[in-house]
Amino acid sequence: MIRFENLTLGYERHPAVHHLDADVEPGDLLAVVGPNGAGKSTLLKGIMGLLRPLEGRILLDGLPRRRIAYLPQQAEIDRGFPMRVEELVALGLWHRIGALRGLGREERRAIGDALAAVGLTGFERRSIASLSGGQFQRALFARVLLQDAPLILLDEPLTAIDQRTAADLLALVRRWHGEARTVIAVLHDLELVRAHFPSTLLLARELVAVGPTAEVLRAEHLFRARQMAEPPDEHAALCRRGVA
Amino acid sequence: MTPHELIIAPFVEFEFMRRALTGCLALSLGATPVGVFLLLRRMSLTGDAMAHAILPGAALGYLLFGLSIGAMTIGGLAAGLAVALLAGIVARGTLLGEDASLAAFYLISLALGVLLISLRGSQVDLMHVLFGTVLALNDAAILLIAAIASVTLFSLALLFRPLAAECVDPTFLRTVSPLSPVAHYGFLVLVVLNLVGGFQALGTLLAVGIVILPAAAARFWARDITGILLAAVVIAFAGSLCGLLFSYHLGVASGPAIILAIGAGYVLSLLAGPQGVLTRRLLAHRHLEA
Repeated sequence: MIRFENLTLGYERHPAVHHLDADVEPGDLLAVVGPNGAGKSTLLKGIMGLLRPLEGRILLDGLPRRRIAYLPQQAEIDRGFPMRVEELVALGLWHRIGALRGLGREERRAIGDALAAVGLTGFERRSIASLSGGQFQRALFARVLLQDAPLILLDEPLTAIDQRTAADLLALVRRWHGEARTVIAVLHDLELVRAHFPSTLLLARELVAVGPTAEVLRAEHLFRARQMAEPPDEHAALCRRGVA
Repeated sequence: MTPHELIIAPFVEFEFMRRALTGCLALSLGATPVGVFLLLRRMSLTGDAMAHAILPGAALGYLLFGLSIGAMTIGGLAAGLAVALLAGIVARGTLLGEDASLAAFYLISLALGVLLISLRGSQVDLMHVLFGTVLALNDAAILLIAAIASVTLFSLALLFRPLAAECVDPTFLRTVSPLSPVAHYGFLVLVVLNLVGGFQALGTLLAVGIVILPAAAARFWARDITGILLAAVVIAFAGSLCGLLFSYHLGVASGPAIILAIGAGYVLSLLAGPQGVLTRRLLAHRHLEA
């Protein structure tokens, strides 16, 4: 189980996630939704340990962070580097090959299987720069697949890709859910969340609601989330919540 | 003039030419792959700034011990590493980006270096430090350059996967491995080491030429990293050879001749390489089936 305890994450002392208390059950398929600037991506970075909490903590139930698969937004990846698709995907085997081990027959088969699972068979030797946005996202999903992680974090995995690619990648997410892996995905398409994600966490810097999707995505919650989302205030006073 | 007289004889007849060529071969093997990674990490200008940053350390070594390779090398290494570290700290701890903080430090370093040398040295010494003396490499200098090339190749082989991962997706590397800072700072150490090695032959101002120019030229010849590395080494060594021969036959300064020859290789690659301007123009009207 993942537990957020009075969690505040932020940048330069401005909170992006403010006093969040919530639990994520093992094997859950959880959508994190909310307006822009609501702290969704920040929350994933916090889980990964890429951002240290300003207050509170994240409990991972003994799961080492290196066993979490994290797919950041595509903008954070440099596709100008001369790398082949199979080399990018092979990085997902880091927990087996590390920095030095070569790829054995078993690893090569795993890479082939992962590429087949995302529909990229035949793209092994293509450079990553030559892939379309959707194909590149498929390659990144293949890398996540190879990480074989019990907890998977996806930051806007279905943004700016066509319907067919989105459907294929969503099928993969559901497959991970079926394998009892915990999947947390930041998403914007509420219809898609309603159709495929059993649980949802609605965030607007502060927690609006968390639980079964149908209950969380009620009109009054969504209205409240829109009201709460506001940019950081340069002249904000010190937060006194929880201070005796 | 026969081809033998043109190309072979200068090296057969003169030991200083053989030494210069040996030094350039070692630099091509060590400094050039570092340049490829600098280029791919979009840090070409960082290399330039670091080259300047070496100067005050080398100058301090010179001020205290004269033209001693050991003192100038240690001084250069210390100054280069200090500036890399300070620029990183300033970039992370303040509003200033890494490029701006590096620029600030290297400008200070360059001025300080020239001032230090002028305290004791002559114009000739200043030219020696700024532009090197590739035709006067002694045993110690060649051994130093060769040792740095060996350490570089061995380290790059060890760090290859983390370095590539850090270039493409630094966040991913941070999440799967504790090697991210090792790759980052280890690479910066390699940059400084190779600039110090290059400084022996080409001086602080020109050393960065054999690091960056071959890497930039190689980008026009190959699409994958192995091909780019090989092409860069070949271009660096071929440029060095041509530059030394120009310098010998035309009686011009050897360091600038080498960098200009590699520069000519860059222009040629830019125009005629498979990824170059002309090739792309020629092929532009013919589209593929898929």
